[in-house]
Amino acid sequence: MSNDVLVLAERVGKQITDSTYELLGKARELADAWGGRAEVALFGPSEGAEQLGGADAVICIDHPALSDYVPEAYETALLHVLTQRAPRLLLLSNATVGLDLGAALSVRWDAPLAAYAVDLAVDGDALVATTQILGGKILAEVELGGSRAIATVVGGSLPPMTPAGSAEVVTLAPPAELDSSRMSVLQVFEPSGGDVDITAADMLVSIGRGIGSQDNLELAEELAQALGAPVSASRPIIDAGWMPKTRQVGKSGLKVKPKAYLAFGISGAPEHLEGMRSAELIIACNTDAKAPIFDVAHYGTTVDLFDLMPALAEKVKG
Amino acid sequence: MRIVVLMKAVPDLVEEIELTPEGNDIDREFLKFVLNEWDDQALEEALLVKEASGGEVVAVGLAGDADIDQSLYTAVAKGADSAVKVIGEATQTHERAALLAAYLRENPADLVLTGVQAPDDLDGQLAPMLAAHLGLPHVSVVVAVAVGEGAVVVRQEFAGGRSQEVSVKTPAVIGVQAARQTPRYAPISRIRQVMQSGALPEVAVAAEASGSGLRVRRMYEPEKTSHAHMLTGSADEVAEKIIELIRARGLVKG
Ligand SMILES: Cc1cc2nc3c(=O)[nH]c(=O)nc-3n(C[C@H](O)[C@H](O)[C@H](O)COP(=O)(O)OP(=O)(O)OC[C@H]3O[C@@H](n4cnc5c(N)ncnc54)[C@H](O)[C@@H]3O)c2cc1C
Ligand SMILES: Nc1ncnc2c1ncn2[C@@H]1O[C@H](COP(=O)(O)O)[C@@H](O)[C@H]1O
Repeated sequence: MSNDVLVLAERVGKQITDSTYELLGKARELADAWGGRAEVALFGPSEGAEQLGGADAVICIDHPALSDYVPEAYETALLHVLTQRAPRLLLLSNATVGLDLGAALSVRWDAPLAAYAVDLAVDGDALVATTQILGGKILAEVELGGSRAIATVVGGSLPPMTPAGSAEVVTLAPPAELDSSRMSVLQVFEPSGGDVDITAADMLVSIGRGIGSQDNLELAEELAQALGAPVSASRPIIDAGWMPKTRQVGKSGLKVKPKAYLAFGISGAPEHLEGMRSAELIIACNTDAKAPIFDVAHYGTTVDLFDLMPALAEKVKG
Repeated sequence: MRIVVLMKAVPDLVEEIELTPEGNDIDREFLKFVLNEWDDQALEEALLVKEASGGEVVAVGLAGDADIDQSLYTAVAKGADSAVKVIGEATQTHERAALLAAYLRENPADLVLTGVQAPDDLDGQLAPMLAAHLGLPHVSVVVAVAVGEGAVVVRQEFAGGRSQEVSVKTPAVIGVQAARQTPRYAPISRIRQVMQSGALPEVAVAAEASGSGLRVRRMYEPEKTSHAHMLTGSADEVAEKIIELIRARGLVKG
C-alpha cells in the first residue's frame, strides 16, 4: 500500500471534464495529508496529459480498445493501474463511468466503496466519507476501513482544482486482457439540437413528477408562455415521454444556469440538483416541506402547484 | 433466452424517514417499502425484450426484503413467467450481491437486468458487483436493450444527453436506468389472481459471507445551512411574491 490517491480522468472529446478537476482537487488535499502522491489515470491517446498539471503523475495506457469509453476495457485498464500503483484511494465520478467501475472494482480490487460521496476527509488513521442516500434526504458519515478504498463522488460537490505546471507522464504497457474484449462500442450519439436550448434561457419553468399526468403539462405551458420562458423538466417527465430529452435538467440531462429557475413538483434528487444548483435564483414549489429541493432553493413554498401555477399565470398576464 | 430481473424493496421516499436511536441507520420498523423504481424500469425492459425476441423472464427478490412479495406478484401479473425469492437478508449491496451471485451460479441466466441503482445503496450498485462476482461483462445507465446473436446491444447514457450503443456478449449484467417505455400497469384484479394461484418459491443458496467494509459513524438529515426562505400565504399571495422576485431581476415586464 502507498499513501497515494488515484483519480480516473474522463474526457469529452479532447477536453478533460470538470468532475475530473473536482476529484483532482480532493486527491491533492488527501495525498498531501497522507504524505503521498496525487496521480491521474488517463486512458486512450495520451493527449490531455498536459491539461492535468497539479497531479504528481499522469498514468497513461493506450490501446485500441481504450479509444472510446468501453466499460469493460476501462475496468481492465483501471484494475491494472490499481495493481501496479497500489494507491490508498481511488476517486471516480458518481456518473456513468463511476457507476460502471466503482462497484465492480470494489469486488475485484477488494476495497470498500463509498458511493454518492459529497466529501472525504482524513480523521486520524481513518478515511471518512460523507455520502448521500435516499435521494439526498439523509447523509451518512462512513469510515472506510482497511488499507485501500474507493469513492464515487457526486459532481459539483467539490471545488475544482485549477491545473498548473506539468505532471510527470508514466506510460504503462496495456494489459494483455485488453486484446480479448467481450464488449465494443458500435456508435456514439451526440445530443441532438432541440426546438429550444434550455441552457440559453434566462428563466425556466421546470416541472417534476408532482405534475401528475401529461394532461397537466398544459398548466406549465401556459405559465411558461406568459413568462416567455421555456419549460424544462426532471428526468421522470422525459422518461415518461411527455417531453423531449433536450428539456431534461440534471446529471444525465443538461446543466442550466438561468437567472431564475422555477421548480414545480421536483423533489430535488442529487441527480437533478447537479444540473441546476448554480442558477442565480431558485424558487421551488413542493408540497413536502422536507423535500431536498428546499436546501438549494432561495425561496420556497409548500402551496400546491395546481393552485400556484394558474395563479402565477393569471397575474403575469395581468 | 433466460432473463432474470433482480428486484429490491426500498423505503418509500414520500414517507418521513426516521433514524434509529443510535443514529447510525434508518429505522426500518415503521417504514413503508416499495419496489425500487429502477427495478421497475428493468422489469419493463425485460418484458419488452421478451416480446421482441422471445425468452423467459424470471423476477428474483430476496426473501428478507420487507414487502417484496407484492412486487414479485406484480411482476408476474405484468408478464414475468415466474418469480422466486432467494433466502437471505441483506442491508448492504455487497451482501445482496453475494447472495444473488450464488443464486445465479446455480441458476444461470443469459441476461440479468436490474435497476441501475437503488436509493439506499450506501456501498454501491448491485449490477457491477454481481457481474464482478460472476466474471460477466456489465454495462450501467442503460436505456434500451436489444437481443442479437450471442450478444445484446445496449444504449448507455452519459451526461449532457450523450449516449453510445455498446455490443455486449451474453451472458451479461445490465443496470437499467430507464426502459424504452413507461413501465406497464397491472390491474389489481390480475395481481390478486396471481397471488391466489400460488406461493412464491423460496430458494436456498450457499453464499460466501461478504461485507462492505464500511462502518457507518452516523446518519443525519442534511443541515439546513442554506434552507430556502419560505413564502407563505394563499396561492395568490405566494404568486404575488414570486412575481415581485422575478420582476426585481428584470425578468418580467410591467
Ligand atoms: C444515473 C442517473 C441519472 C439521473 N439523471 C437525472 C437527471 O438528469 N435529471 C433528473 O431530474 N433526474 C435524474 N435522475 C433521477 C433522479 O434520481 C430522481 O429520480 C428524479 O430527479 C426525481 O424527479 P422528480 O423530482 O420530478 O420526482 P419525485 O422525486 O417523485 O418528486 C416529485 C415531487 O413533487 C412533489 N409534489 C407532488 N404533488 C405536488 C403538488 N401538487 N404540488 C407541489 N408539489 C408536489 C412531491 O412532494 C415530490 O417531492 C437520475 C437518476 C440516475 C440513477
Ligand atoms: N479517453 C477517455 N478518457 C476517459 N473517459 C473517456 C474517454 N473517452 C470517453 N470517455 C468517457 O466516455 C464518455 C463518452 O465519451 P464519448 O465517446 O466521447 O462520447 C464520456 O462521458 C467520458 O466520460
